[in-house]
Order: sequence, then structure tokens, then C-alpha cells
Amino acid sequence: MLEIDRLSVAYGPVRALTEVSFEARDGSITAVLGANGAGKTTLLRTITGLVPAKEGSIRYDGKEIAGLAPEEVVRRGISHVPEGRGVITELTVEENIRLGALWRRRQPDYQEAIDRAFALFPPLESRRKQSAATLSGGERQMLAIARALAAKPDLLLLDEPSLGLAPLVTAELMRIIRELARTDGLTVLLVEQNARSALSIADVAIVLNLGRVVASDKAAALASEDELRHRYLGF
Amino acid sequence: MGRFVDLTLNGFTYGVIYAAVALGLVLIWRATRIVNFAQGALATLTTYIAVSLLDRSVNYWLAFAGALFAGLVIGALTERVFIRPLYGKPDLNPIVVSIGLLILVESIAGAIWGSGDRGFEPAFSQIGISVGKTHLEFSHFDVFVLASVLVLMVGILVLFRWTNLGLRMRASAFAPEVARLLGVRVGRILTTGWALATFAGALAGLLVAPKVLLSPNMMDPILVYGFAAAVLGGLDSPLGALVGGIVTGLGISYVGGYMGSSMETVGAAVLLIVVLSIRPEGIFSRPSARRV
Amino acid sequence: MKLPRWLRLPTQPLLRHLLLAVAGGLVLYVITLSVSQYDNLELAEIGWYAIAIAGLSVLTGVNGQISLGHGAFMAVGAYSAGLMMEHFDLPLIVPVLVAVGAAAVIGGLVGLPATRLKGPYLAGVTLALAFAVQDLPNKFSSLFNGDQGIIVNPPTPPGTVPAERWLAWITLFGAVVGMVILANFLRSRFGRSLRAVRDDEIAASAAGLNPARLRVLTFAVSAAAAGLAGGLFALWSGIVSPDSFSLFLSIQLLAGMVIGGSGSLIGAWWGALALVYIPEWTQNVSGHFNLSAGVKANMQNAVFGLLIIVIMMLAPSGIQGWLRSLWSAIGRLARRSKGDSDQAVAPLTSTPSPERISP
Repeated sequence: MLEIDRLSVAYGPVRALTEVSFEARDGSITAVLGANGAGKTTLLRTITGLVPAKEGSIRYDGKEIAGLAPEEVVRRGISHVPEGRGVITELTVEENIRLGALWRRRQPDYQEAIDRAFALFPPLESRRKQSAATLSGGERQMLAIARALAAKPDLLLLDEPSLGLAPLVTAELMRIIRELARTDGLTVLLVEQNARSALSIADVAIVLNLGRVVASDKAAALASEDELRHRYLGF
Repeated sequence: MGRFVDLTLNGFTYGVIYAAVALGLVLIWRATRIVNFAQGALATLTTYIAVSLLDRSVNYWLAFAGALFAGLVIGALTERVFIRPLYGKPDLNPIVVSIGLLILVESIAGAIWGSGDRGFEPAFSQIGISVGKTHLEFSHFDVFVLASVLVLMVGILVLFRWTNLGLRMRASAFAPEVARLLGVRVGRILTTGWALATFAGALAGLLVAPKVLLSPNMMDPILVYGFAAAVLGGLDSPLGALVGGIVTGLGISYVGGYMGSSMETVGAAVLLIVVLSIRPEGIFSRPSARRV
Repeated sequence: MKLPRWLRLPTQPLLRHLLLAVAGGLVLYVITLSVSQYDNLELAEIGWYAIAIAGLSVLTGVNGQISLGHGAFMAVGAYSAGLMMEHFDLPLIVPVLVAVGAAAVIGGLVGLPATRLKGPYLAGVTLALAFAVQDLPNKFSSLFNGDQGIIVNPPTPPGTVPAERWLAWITLFGAVVGMVILANFLRSRFGRSLRAVRDDEIAASAAGLNPARLRVLTFAVSAAAAGLAGGLFALWSGIVSPDSFSLFLSIQLLAGMVIGGSGSLIGAWWGALALVYIPEWTQNVSGHFNLSAGVKANMQNAVFGLLIIVIMMLAPSGIQGWLRSLWSAIGRLARRSKGDSDQAVAPLTSTPSPERISP
């Protein structure tokens, strides 16, 4: 379980997050919604230690992880697929995935995790040896997720996976994410601007506005609140 | 004709030594976007360490290996102590610090081992080989120089291409933040990069010392040629360093041979200015959008 | 800290710089009268060091670039002046001006690729130049007289002025005049354009400035200052030979800039003081402790290297930066609450500030 308690973050004098609190239960999908600049990306980057927290706590499985370096956070079972996907185009598809699993190379299921990442996204399998630069936008998103999964995380942080993807590809991606949560018990924190498709698979959702949580409820309940939808979610 | 052959072979031999220096610069540039102007001075230091071991009648190859190992350690220490505090600072700061390190290390070497020249025994004979009736200036030692730099280059290539450490190094160079998110301990990788780079420099020092005389500033011009080689190769590519090194070596050898040795440094300066005026991204590298 | 109005310097740059120069010149004049002849020679040395460091500082301060071979431009100046004096009998000002011009031209040529180059590349090019300039006199031995170098006759002082004091006057006068010109250059429309380019090249080009041309120009100005230093050096040392322009001269100039505070013209004087007195101090120390000849010979460079490293890591804006923060701390104490931030940040620190260079 991820527990975030009164988390505040500032870039110099500019406040990015103010007293954000919420929980993400194991095996659930939590959508983090809100407009551009609401602090969604900052939230994920703070959880993985790319941005220092100013106040508040981030606990995972009961242990404080605020202040840990990103390379240590991943070792606690948290994988972060950054905004813009973060595929390393100078490496091949396979190298990208291997890199994701590399820190647990001494685990007996190291190779299995890599194979499973490929199995989830068959289009990647056939392009193993190709440079990641040759992939399309959708394929890059798949690669980024496959690479994060190769680390066998318990908690997956996804930053705008639908960005720049065709609606059909987005729908397929959402289906896979839901599948992972259902079958593997993976906990997902899904940051999205595309609120409609995020709400379609999320269990709960929180809405950020100017760095504060303005709403937090079951996904279905939020989707039915017209006023909130119009004001913050734009549909 | 004989002279041309001699100059060409000489250019090749020196060229691979410049390539080893260039490789060191490239490794550090890739990892940390810093040009380590102290690389030559550090190589002088490791060469003096070899000499000290030899003076204590340590086995030649043991002393050789000792100096290379010292390169690894000194490189790692340099990164940890002097360079790490400068990450995120303006890029002039590490340049200045590396120059400070250059003069500091050279004067320490001068204080310990004296500022004068001294010989450094070659591993193999430096007497030229005769092929049929023609006598070349190219010696068994030169063969050794070519072979050892080749081994170094192949080793680095294998490391980068086929090992997990190499994969981590490449990932850290291309996308440090993503690499960290994937669990790569980038800090350690950077230290490793500096260690390897100084190792390459140490090899260059051991190879060049028997050909010139060993003195605290022995590596100064070699560093300039190595820098020219690295720039020629694009500063980003180990293979470019090799090609750049050989081109620089040949160029300097011809200039020195036909125009007098005092023109060698002038040639290097002109080469750098011309190359950078025409193609700042180097001759052998594709222009990359990343170098802003 | 705000001084009473009548104590403040005029805001008009030229007037302000001239006033400062006259005041500084007066102080220096009094000092030259009251110290020994040996000290006068050291004052002269401070003069040419200061203007050379100032040139380097301008390059770093407004171009954000660094030269590891500024000694090479000093060599250009020194050789031009030396040759002029060897072959023609002209008033002193002519060879010195020729030194400035020659260095500016060579600087402009070297600076051409610099227009597109980021720090490390230019650093490497200038480093190569530092070596090349040592070898050229041997190649063109008939002109430059190889390793022996060119003998320069010391300037003849008027009346009863001792030669050393006369030399101090000449170099210090040259250095102060050079500083005033540099200060005005930085405060001119040109200087403002240069800083605009350094701080945001894209915005500056959009505003119609030509970054490439401005960069070459700064490089030439910076080299010209080194050329002036070279010309004064020729008079001071009495001989111009390749030995004087080793890599270590360039590194010393860099050390002087770092110690004094990069980007600051006043800092250049602190740097020059350090370059003259640190070697003397290390000589005394090694003599006092009976250190071995090897240590004695290398101590001064070791101290410079160590100072460069330590200052860059702990206080990258050098002595002048430290004085400025001291001054503004006093100001804050005096005023307590008024929020007037007057800190000047040297370019080797982190944040660019529009007022980085202030003479």
C-alpha cells in the first residue's frame, strides 16, 4: 500500500504540491487527474525521488521512502514510466528491457521477467534487436511499460501513457493496464490528462488543481459528478 | 619513399597512443560532459609509479600492471573527490578544476621524482626492424604499442556492447535520469567511467614514456594531440577516438617529418582550429541534436 | 550599502571609471615613490599581470568562455613590441600599440571558430595554441632569434627618476589605461549586447544581435588586453624568448583570474598580487623549512594548482566575490530590513546575473 500524507513540494519559491494526501491500495488502479500544471507529474517524480519532498511523508509497505534516491526506490518495487516515455533510443529494444530488469539480475526469475515483458507486447518481440529509435509512438509506450514491468514491480507509476497515441492504441493500452492489475495484483498510479479513458479503468481517482487535491472518490462516482467533470476534467 | 614509409609507421604508432588518450577523454565526456585536461598529468603520475616499482626491481610486467591498476584507482578517486562536487555547476568550473589538477599533479610528481628527464625502459627492443633489404625505423616495441592499444580498444568495445556494466554505462551516458529510474546507480557508473578513462591514459603514458623521455610534463603535448584526436572523432565515440588518433598521428608525423619538429604543435593547433571551424561536431560523428 | 550622495561615485560610466582610475593611479604613484627599487620592479610585474588577467576575465565574464592559452596572446604582443623596438627607434607608445593590435588580430582569427564553440572546445584550442606559440620562434629562427630570444633595451627614464620606478610607472599606467578602456567597453552598448547574448543567446538573436560577431569581438578584445600585457612584459623583462610563454604562464593567468574573481576587473588586481607574491612566499617557506630542491622548485605551481581547485570548489567567485558579499553583508547589517540585493555573481558560479562584470 502507498500512503501519501500531507506531501508538499516546491521548486524554489514556487509551490508545486500542497498537502497532498491519499492512499493507493494493493491491486487497485488510482487515476490522478487534473489540468496541465496541476502537479500530477511532480507527484510521481516526488514519489520516485527525482524531486525532493519539502514536507510530508511517502510510505510504501509501511516504510518511509521520501528522501530515497530514484535508484533505491525502484529496489523497493516501484517502477516509474516517465512522461514522454523515456525510451533510450540509442539502445536496442532488448537492451532497454534488459536494463529495466538489470538490478535484479541475481534473482532466479531474472530471465523469466524479461521474457514475460516481451510476451505481453508481441510487437516488441519481433523487433528485439532493432534500435528503439525505429519504434512508433505506440510501440515506444509499450516498450517503456514492458521495461518497467521487467523490474517486476508491485507498484507501477504511469505518467500520461496515452499522450500522442491514437484512440484505438490508447484503448488497447488501458485494457492491458487493467489486465495487469486484475491478474497480477499490480498496483497502478495512473496520471492522465485524458480523464475519460483513465476513469474507464480506474478504481479510484483523485483530482489535482494547482497542487491541491480537490476531489477524491471512487472512479465511477467522480465520473458522474457533472460539475467537477466540467471544471477540472474537461469532458 | 623510405622516409615516407617510416613517417607513416611512426604516425600510426603515435596515432594509437593519441587514440588511447582520446579514448580516455571520450569516456569521461560521454559520462559527465567534462573534458578532463588533467588526464595527461594523471598518466604521468601512473608512469612514475611504474618507474618507482621498476627501481625497486619489481618484475617489468608487474610494474606495468601496477601502473594500469593505479590508473583505475586514481581515476575513481579524482571523480569522487574533485569532480563530484561540481556536477550541476556551470561547465567552465570542471574545466578550471581539471587545469588546477594538471598543474598540482605535475608539480607533485616533480617534487617527488625531480623535474628532469629520465629514461623509461621499453618492454621490447626499440631498434628498427629490417624487412628484406629495407631497414625500417619501426621496431618491436612499436608492434607492442599497436597491439596493446588494439587490445584496449577491443576490450572497451566488448565492455560497452556485450556486458551489463557496458549497458549501464551507455544508459547513464545517454539518459541519466531514466537510467536512475531503472535502478542504475549512476554515481557509481560515473566513477567507473573516470577509472576506465584514467586506465586508458595510464596505458598511453606507459607506451609513450620509452619513446620520449619521462618528465613531469611529458604528457602535456600528448594531451593536446589526444584532444585533437578526440575532437576529430566527435568527442563522443570510442571508435571515432581511434580513427581520430590515427589521423592526428599521421598528420603530426608528416608535419614534423617534412616541416621540422617545431611545427608539430603548430600543426595540431591549426588542425583543431580548422576542424572546429568547418565541422564542430567532428569529422566522424553524425551531428547530434543532443549537443546543445 | 548606500553611501551619502556626495560620497557616491558618478553614475556616468566614463566619468566614474576615470575617477576610479585617477584615484587608483594616485595611490599607486605614492606607493612607487615610497618603496624600494626591487619593490618597484614587482609593482611593474603586478601591472602587466593585472591587465593580462583582466583580458582573460572579460572573456570568461561576458562570453562565458575560457582560454587556457592566454599566454600565447601575451607572446604575440611581446614579440611584436620586441621586434618593433629592435628594428625601429620609435616612441614607446608605438610598439605597445602594435602589440595590442597584433594580439587583437590573432585573437580575432583564433576566435573565429570560438563563435560556435562551447567552453570545453575553446579551452582545448587555446591549450593547443599555448604550445604552438612556444615552438614558432624556433621555426622562424632568423626573425625571432630562436631560443635566445630578442633583447629589449629598457626605456630610458627622464631626469633623475630611477629606472625601476620609471618601469613601474610605465606598466602601471598602461595597465590602468587598459582597464579604463575595458571597463568602458563592458559598459558600452556593445557590452550590454554581449551580456544579453551570454544570458540568452536565442532571445538576443531574436532582438537583432549577432552573437557570432559579438563573440569574435570579445575574443579579440580579450586577446588585445593580453597583447598589451605582453608589450609591457617585454619592457619589464628586457628579453622576449619562448621560455617566458610556457603553458605555465597561461595557467598562472587562469589561477590569477580564479583567485581574484572571474569577471571582475578589480579582481584582476588581486589576482596579479597573488601571482607576484605567492611565488615569493613559497620561496621563503621552502627556504625556512629547508625543503629539498625538488620540492622548492615545484611548490609554487602546487600552491597555484591547489588554490585553483579549492577556490573553484568552495568560493568560485574569488576574492572580489568574497569582498562583495562581505560588503553587502555589512550593508544588510547597516540597513537591516531594506531589500536591496546588490550581490554580484561571478560567471564561474551558478546563476547568471546581468551585472556580473562591474569594474
